[in-house]
Amino acid sequence: MSDIAGELRESEVETAVSAPRAVPGRQDAGLLLGLTGLGSILLLWWALIHFLAAPGGLGERFSPLAAFASLRDLVTGSDLFLHVAVSLKRILVALGFALLIGVPVGLLVGLNRTFEAATSPAFQFLRMISPLSWMPIAVMVLGVGDTPIYFLLTFAAVWPILLNTAAGVRNLDPAWLQLSRSLAATRWETLLHIVIPGVLGHVLTGVRLAIGILWIVLVPCEMLGVSAGLGYFILDTRDRLAYSELMAMVLVIGALGFLLDWTTRMLHRHWGHAG
Amino acid sequence: MTQAGPSPLLAARALSLAYPGVSRPVLASFDLSLLPGEVVTVLGPSGVGKSSLLRVLAGLQQPTSGVVQIDGAPVRDVHPRVAIAFQNPGLLPWLSLERNVAFGLDFKHQPHLSAKERAARVERAVAEVGLAHARTLHPSALSGGMAQRASLARCLARQPKVLLLDEPFGALDEITRAEMQQLLLKVVRDFGTAVVLITHDIDEALLVSDRVVLIGGSPGREAGQWRIDLPHPRGEQVAELGRIRVEIVTRLRQATSRLN
Repeated sequence: MSDIAGELRESEVETAVSAPRAVPGRQDAGLLLGLTGLGSILLLWWALIHFLAAPGGLGERFSPLAAFASLRDLVTGSDLFLHVAVSLKRILVALGFALLIGVPVGLLVGLNRTFEAATSPAFQFLRMISPLSWMPIAVMVLGVGDTPIYFLLTFAAVWPILLNTAAGVRNLDPAWLQLSRSLAATRWETLLHIVIPGVLGHVLTGVRLAIGILWIVLVPCEMLGVSAGLGYFILDTRDRLAYSELMAMVLVIGALGFLLDWTTRMLHRHWGHAG
Repeated sequence: MTQAGPSPLLAARALSLAYPGVSRPVLASFDLSLLPGEVVTVLGPSGVGKSSLLRVLAGLQQPTSGVVQIDGAPVRDVHPRVAIAFQNPGLLPWLSLERNVAFGLDFKHQPHLSAKERAARVERAVAEVGLAHARTLHPSALSGGMAQRASLARCLARQPKVLLLDEPFGALDEITRAEMQQLLLKVVRDFGTAVVLITHDIDEALLVSDRVVLIGGSPGREAGQWRIDLPHPRGEQVAELGRIRVEIVTRLRQATSRLN
């Protein structure tokens, strides 16, 4: 378990380092470099289609120009927003469940050595199973519809939240715990006033990692007997041979994922330092 | 040692403290008693168990043998009317200075106060340590000295019967330090608080204490005790203080060489 905590701390350090600093000049330069990188990907995409796809063939339907034209049509219609709303709702519900399970269990793991020793191997084992491998079982047990998707997404999102919360408890400043003891705090008061606010930054790191995982697991999960959502829509475009729309959806998924990550990063910056 | 006359507020009798797995105890047969409004400074070489003594007096740690009493009743756990300030100010980074000072006042085992009384106490304590201008700041914006004063204010807001201070003025500049020493004496006058102060600074001990207790040796025992019956402020009573100072330094040297 401590290895995982270390691993998570490293990834946390990475995000802290890669987050742009609030120096105006450097931030502008960073933005410019970032845009150049995105532009290069577009150029590469265009070049691949232009030079490799046969003129007038199927490949041309995957070109950036066709994708952007379809994207414009999608954005002006109402279908896309319905699918986005359905997908975002699934992400939020699953995140909610993952927090409801992950934070209390993480607190317990962090606070109780016996519980930690008893659960650590099981958690390591479960965490390493790709959530997608539960798919057939989830459908068999829970049927088709939203329920198996919630299950799979929650299962994917719960680990980073749980393990980060536990790492947060272990990293609590002993001086804070000594303070609460010296104030004759009850266990409940210590939990409420020291432990929970003290691990908030770690929980937010967990949420950020969880959203990254959720967004990746969401699309394949939605290819699973549902009739709305981004994953469903991708399959739908394939079935309709609407390849330019398929590429437009890939762009939408990427852009939304980027926005989600940006939002959690801002949340983390605002609340994660705990003052 | 036994006090004649009024009964002690805080009394430690025959305290000894040993850590499991360590052959020599930290403290052995140590006695201390304080009357209300008395300031006792504990001096001694590093590692002699001064901080451990304070933790035992605070009820944060159980002695191996011996007993701590407050108002004659044995103390087995943390006492709500005993406040302790550690070397590390231990402010909570997610709370403003004001909320840090208010922290714990509404806890279940603390004496009950109305919201209004709590606010008044916090305001007063923050003003007394000279941080009214910084009351909305978070700890990350405070200097080391300000954080130590905030930690002292957190103790003062509780208006404790017994105040235990572990090097509370270490990070302060000379002027602020002198102000905090005056504040300490004012609190003692106003509330009759008994204070145990741990410090490395002999001059500080001479300026604020009614008694100085020296701990030395291994395990730590009382290696000397001086009563300082001089009125405050003492800044100008150089001759008398100087005489006691020489005695203390001599005894402290002996205690240190015995420790090594």
